Amino acid sequence: MIVAGAFDLALAVTVLAVATWCVSVRATFAAVVAFVAFGLLVAVVWVRLAAVDVALTEVAIQGGIVGVLLLGATASLRRYKAAVAERSGATQRLAVAVFCAVVFLALATAVLTLPDPAPTLAPPVAASLLAFGLGNPVTGVLLGYRAIDTLLETVVLLLALIGVWSISPDRSWGGRPLPMHSAGRADALVYFARLLPPVGIVIGVYIVWVGADAPGGKFQGGTILAAMWMLVMMAGLRNPPSVARSGLRLLLVAGPAFFFIVGLAGLAISGGFLAYPAPYAKPIILLIELVLTPSVAVTLGLLVAGPPVRDARQ
Amino acid sequence: MSFALDVLSVVAISAGAFFFLAGTVGLLRFPDTFTRLHALTKADNLGLGLVVLGLLPQVDGALGALKLIVVWLLILSSGATVAQLIARRARLIARSR
Repeated sequence: MIVAGAFDLALAVTVLAVATWCVSVRATFAAVVAFVAFGLLVAVVWVRLAAVDVALTEVAIQGGIVGVLLLGATASLRRYKAAVAERSGATQRLAVAVFCAVVFLALATAVLTLPDPAPTLAPPVAASLLAFGLGNPVTGVLLGYRAIDTLLETVVLLLALIGVWSISPDRSWGGRPLPMHSAGRADALVYFARLLPPVGIVIGVYIVWVGADAPGGKFQGGTILAAMWMLVMMAGLRNPPSVARSGLRLLLVAGPAFFFIVGLAGLAISGGFLAYPAPYAKPIILLIELVLTPSVAVTLGLLVAGPPVRDARQ
Repeated sequence: MSFALDVLSVVAISAGAFFFLAGTVGLLRFPDTFTRLHALTKADNLGLGLVVLGLLPQVDGALGALKLIVVWLLILSSGATVAQLIARRARLIARSR
């Protein structure tokens, strides 16, 4: 008990220290490294809170994808040193500090004045989750009760990709993103990119599949699949695809579109948007997860690949 | 039998923690990128291997044990690859000076 308490205390202090370092360090690269380390530590916090699903997402998204995105942004910023050197004024920094302090105080007050026991819907939800036939209550809530949130999350990913694509210059629209590998050969990386994907794909699909009964799901598994694709692109074994390919675009839209159609069908059959007919709830939820997975994986991979900036034939 | 396995777990995990500590000290104290990488990859691989070895008697079922071993192998291979890439980069930078 004391050991666990000491561990939690040390963890909390480390998280705060890394967060402070991340905000205060001057070099962009060091800040990104701190941010990734912060994500990994927060994942350990989620494990300590017995929220393994959240921990997996935290590691995959913040530690993995966002880390890679920020590293890519850091590399591009080096080309525009002048813009980076420009610092925000004292007034602006003061305003940000005041805003953060107000948010912190509001959150702290809210947490400290929570009634004990906290009002909760957990027992009735847990009682009726059995209707979905899923062993993992998180998946049940995400795709049963809060399906509209999950649907919108997948749409937000797609919107983010459209945002990235929209900054491509007019003449390269429909072309390819820049190659992700550097000019020099890195034999170790090429070897790794041939060795790992078969294993990684099995693990990614496995994590999607166990999502119904254990921590896992389409975002976590989809991120692993996306990472395998990125590894192959970074080693230079494959080029990022041309964004004009219709098969690729179909794959991007298929997941959210299928989710949306299921929702509309629920309106017609069960009398509510995203309402599943009770006996088929589990197969429908599994089907949604399976169709969404490739969409999530391809969207994340293309987000990292960046906007199309060169001709498709190159 | 189960007592002997518990002793094995404690010994192996303690030894693993020692290697993590040694690797961290090396990372902080060694003078250049290559020696720091040496400290980090060797000690972490061995440290994690020992921790996994210590956890193996504690899991129930062969599947859990298999997952632990796979985790170790994956980290071994990614650690080795990343060490190669960082060392390669460091050598390029050292040459260009």
